[in-house]
Amino acid sequence: MSSVGDILDGKSICICAGSGGVGKTTTSAAIATGMAARGLRVCVLTIDPAKRLADSLGLRELGNEAEQVDPKLFERHGIEMKGELWAMMLDAKATFDDLVARQAPDEESRDRVLGNRIYQQISNALAGSQEYMAMEKLFELHTEGRFDLLVLDTPPTRNALDFLDAPRRLTQFIEGRSLRVFMRPTGLAARVAGRGASVALSVFKRIVGFDLLADLAEFFNAFSGMVDGFQARAKRVNGLLADRRTCFLVVCGPQGEPIDEAVYFHRKLVEAKLPFGGVIVNKVHYPAERLRGDGGDLRAALAAKLGDEELAGRVAENFADYQALSERDARNIEHLAAELRTKGVIQVPYLDEDVHDLGGLAEINRYLFASSEERIEIAAGRA
Amino acid sequence: MRGYSHDRPLFLPVAKIARNCPIPDFLDKRLVFVTGKGGVGKTTVAVALGLRAAEEGKRTIVCEVSSQENASRIFDHTEVGFHEVEMAENLWSISIDPDESMREYVLLQLKVRAMRDLLFRSRIFSYLAAATPGLKELVTIGKIWELAQLDRKVKRGRKYDLVIVDAPATGHGIGFLQTPRTFASIARVGPIHAQAQTLDRFITDHDHTGTAIVALPEEMPVNESAALERDLRSEVGVAVDRVYLNGLYPERFSKEEAERLAELAGTENGLARAAARAALSEQSRARSQRAQLSRLRRRVEAPVKTLPFLFEPDLGVEAARQLSRKLH
Repeated sequence: MSSVGDILDGKSICICAGSGGVGKTTTSAAIATGMAARGLRVCVLTIDPAKRLADSLGLRELGNEAEQVDPKLFERHGIEMKGELWAMMLDAKATFDDLVARQAPDEESRDRVLGNRIYQQISNALAGSQEYMAMEKLFELHTEGRFDLLVLDTPPTRNALDFLDAPRRLTQFIEGRSLRVFMRPTGLAARVAGRGASVALSVFKRIVGFDLLADLAEFFNAFSGMVDGFQARAKRVNGLLADRRTCFLVVCGPQGEPIDEAVYFHRKLVEAKLPFGGVIVNKVHYPAERLRGDGGDLRAALAAKLGDEELAGRVAENFADYQALSERDARNIEHLAAELRTKGVIQVPYLDEDVHDLGGLAEINRYLFASSEERIEIAAGRA
Repeated sequence: MRGYSHDRPLFLPVAKIARNCPIPDFLDKRLVFVTGKGGVGKTTVAVALGLRAAEEGKRTIVCEVSSQENASRIFDHTEVGFHEVEMAENLWSISIDPDESMREYVLLQLKVRAMRDLLFRSRIFSYLAAATPGLKELVTIGKIWELAQLDRKVKRGRKYDLVIVDAPATGHGIGFLQTPRTFASIARVGPIHAQAQTLDRFITDHDHTGTAIVALPEEMPVNESAALERDLRSEVGVAVDRVYLNGLYPERFSKEEAERLAELAGTENGLARAAARAALSEQSRARSQRAQLSRLRRRVEAPVKTLPFLFEPDLGVEAARQLSRKLH
């Protein structure tokens, strides 16, 4: 099986996807670092407000503009940087505002949308709008053509599916059926403004309060001039995602739940005809030598060498615990490989030190960018 | 004691626990949100808290809000859906679906049957409900609040002493808890406005509502937990009662023992060498985890308690039970 370097050869977009807590941000940063080291101009984008990416790259702050990581930092960690690494943290709200400004037919409609309370809610909080904005920014950067490769760390969604669905949900919301109800001359907007409200409407009004409805109606009115622009853009974004130079990498952990989600997410990618590149399993307990029998032999051997039976017992017990975890991981990964019909599961071991800086990224890269034979050798060397 | 064996007793005798490990005081509140970033074990901790409270005789319900049914998975139960299902003695579980909550809310609001029918049939109503940002979150919190009422709004509703919520992950979590206040400011009049205010007052009532943050002993999760606590206190205004540092390794080997084992790591016996190296890894991880524990203690205001890493291949109800006895 190929390394991440082979998978991404000739690609211009890499999207790391997976559920929360599996090391997606770290993996994205490591991939971007590795590809930049190979001579590319790479930008890694994150939408995670937790500043994890900035932390791991040694940057104090990350904003909506790409910032280059100091090449000197890499030397210190033994990475020869042939290309450039840039990073940015997406500000979903600012990106949405920019987009509205670009799509608005005139200044007045722009201000009406930006000032509308429903819009402010949507751009801040509506489920999916962050994900949509990540796609937007990706599209924008891709169109500008400043970078050879863009690596997107997708937002931590509750469910991996949410992320794929987000652009569709948001555009549906903006341009879809609910909108048309408001847009018709006799539609809701007119009714809210006028007095001919239907009974259903008045009941809804009674429940949510009149102000909300008026704001909604105004929002949809203000947005009406922008629908075509949004629609065309969403179509191009979707085209970009399905392009053969785009590559989705599924990131997961070795426990049952993350593995199940990775399987599910892979299926969704295939269904949506999006280009799946490979799967990366983080924090794998690599198997050491098999423990035979009840471990009595091991205890005896350890006791003989250490001259301390009690300590030998604890060492053997600890080893048995790890063997159990590594057997579980191996079973889960086998299941994952079978479900994805691939032999190429890239496994990154559970390292002794937790990964949160460039040194850690360099360590991870030894696995991500190694062939599977090399990977086994490295692991054997440290197991 | 052998680490990974099936003949080990899974629980300590109850009396012993009661003496060693008093029930966490915040379980005396009516509503507790268990929050934290993804993958830290929120669901397991929420269920463990539920089991603990139930064992103390409190009628407890664990609510899920992301329709993932992780809690029912822990109990090896089929999906519970929008029903209050008994999982253990004194312990119920529900998966709160926003559409069902909306329906229930409308039913409770509108006493006139014809009006309700009209509303449910109306397409405009479903468009509006889907188009109103935050309404789903609001009715979800509304349902949580309803469960926590002694005077339940739902007919023949069971009375609970405690409602535990497996809350959305960090980021989503803050927005989720802020929904009522945001809504109260958007809808300035009407029943939703009043309802949103009631919900916000309940969430920020430190006597009745609290939160527990679940963290992992690693650099970034510790940073994020500290940031989460700050946001929960200052932006949401909810009480933060506890930070649980989950998955802490035992300290099996001292520094001096590690030095002795380091000599063994070069030995020829393959198995002994692997075992010695595993022990050294364990010792190094346990140490860096302790360093993270002290960082966490320095950076958060709420009391920090630890929960052990369980060397179990899959975390089911027995694992949650083990943890429940270690909660303090």
